[in-house]
Amino acid sequence: MVGEIRVAINSDQDIVSARQKGRVVANELGFSSGDATLIATAISELARNIVSYARKGQITIKKVNGHNREGIAVIAADEGPGIADIRQALRDGFSTSGSLGLGLPGVRRLMDEFEITSQPGKGTTVAVKKWRQ
Amino acid sequence: MEVPILKQGAFLIATFQAALSDADLNQLRMGLVQQVVKFRSRAVIVDVTAMDVMDSFASRTLREIAHMIRLRGAETVIVGIQPEVAFAMVQLGLTLEGVATALDLEEGLAYLNEKFKVTN
Amino acid sequence: MISKRDVASVPPESKRNEEPSELLRELVAHLRQNRTQLREEWVVRISETRLLTAMTKEEIFAEATSVYDSYVEALETEAFEALQAYARNLSERIIPRGVETHEVVGIVLLLRDVLARSLFAKYQNDFKKLNRILDAYEPAANRIANTVAVGFVQERERVIRQQQEAIRELSTPVLQVRERLLILPIIGVIDPQRARQLTEQLLRGIRTNRAKVVVIDITGVAAMDVTVANHLVQTVEASRLLGATVIVTGLSPEIAQTLVTIGVDLGKMNTVGDLQGGIEQAERLLGYKVATLAEQS
Repeated sequence: MVGEIRVAINSDQDIVSARQKGRVVANELGFSSGDATLIATAISELARNIVSYARKGQITIKKVNGHNREGIAVIAADEGPGIADIRQALRDGFSTSGSLGLGLPGVRRLMDEFEITSQPGKGTTVAVKKWRQ
Repeated sequence: MEVPILKQGAFLIATFQAALSDADLNQLRMGLVQQVVKFRSRAVIVDVTAMDVMDSFASRTLREIAHMIRLRGAETVIVGIQPEVAFAMVQLGLTLEGVATALDLEEGLAYLNEKFKVTN
Repeated sequence: MISKRDVASVPPESKRNEEPSELLRELVAHLRQNRTQLREEWVVRISETRLLTAMTKEEIFAEATSVYDSYVEALETEAFEALQAYARNLSERIIPRGVETHEVVGIVLLLRDVLARSLFAKYQNDFKKLNRILDAYEPAANRIANTVAVGFVQERERVIRQQQEAIRELSTPVLQVRERLLILPIIGVIDPQRARQLTEQLLRGIRTNRAKVVVIDITGVAAMDVTVANHLVQTVEASRLLGATVIVTGLSPEIAQTLVTIGVDLGKMNTVGDLQGGIEQAERLLGYKVATLAEQS
């Protein structure tokens, strides 16, 4: 696999292609199909957040090296309204649109590492990682 | 992407072909309810065997389909959820509570036939 | 890979003399010429230091020969792949014999030492040259020691992971007792990794055996905290998504009390006192009727 893969997220169609690409990369990196499903599902949720809350953004998928291990990193970045209260957004059941919520606590459970930075009015970046067993 | 809806006796069978977009899912939701009304179906089987990812939107849509169909007096059975997909779903807290599930199409039909004592 | 910059870290005045690669060539020639003697000295030092006690003298000598030659080759070519592959292969052979990390690191450091001493002896009358030789030798020797040690540790970690995997597989047998009925007896401590493996195995088992009812017996589970309990709830939920009903048996009153206190929703779980009761209920769910032979006739 060469470098990293970027998928522009502008519509709900892009959600499908982002998660399909994520699964391909996960397979290439030697993740089990169970893990690849978890990764693809996490990408789907992150891409959906972009479409629902920021309209457009970008998903970056790349290989990462840790101490004696390899993994996959997914970065979802947008320039949308941002999240005022991150701690609240990470609580199960939180939602600003009356729907199922941002799904961020779920994404956190699907992956091994989770990082979020957000500035109201500027945008949100969520970076997640999963290590190969 | 069109989701084919098959009429089999008193039941309708909707088979998800591959990865569906949100628009496809919304269309399916409307289509299924209309067909249930049109054919006075007693139950709907939604076969998701081909779905390799079930995220919160897809899961919520399935629940909404089941609710709307129940309001029409019919039942919904979701069949064919893959083991890995089921594992990811519960991690996300998506459990399709209140919706009947079965291993595959055959099991779903057996369940409904038993329930309605219909022979096709 | 060793960079040219490392090797070139020699004092400026020496640039008029030999290039570092020339020095390494000279060094390699010296080590080849004195191979028998240096190798012998190394083996003696190994047994004196009481390293590799799990191996026989002949084995140590054979491995020492290979290590020595790979070592000199790595110095000569500055390519470490062959040495790395050999280190991994060696580790694979000696780990099952109980050779420890400190022993492997120890013998490589001994070799480094033996070779350095022979360089001291050879160049004792030319201090400047000795310095330059050591400047060329040391980075490469350190790199070699590092390569071997890391290779050994990685192999060890791989073996440990493999064994953990095997133990986990063994510890979560999914048993089919009747058509469409699975039993999963869980024994011991459940950590998140094991919980996940257990769930995946069960879900695959449900699919392969077309199971409709699963009895999970947790009589042998030592402790249950909120994390483990949540895993169990997730296992039950995931099984239901595949159309299977789960019955949990062997939940002690103490554990049940704890779960209720910490707020685990037991309402989502179908619980029966003991395994036998669980199997009986499973059979009823499947439509079996259990009767003694006398009753039947």
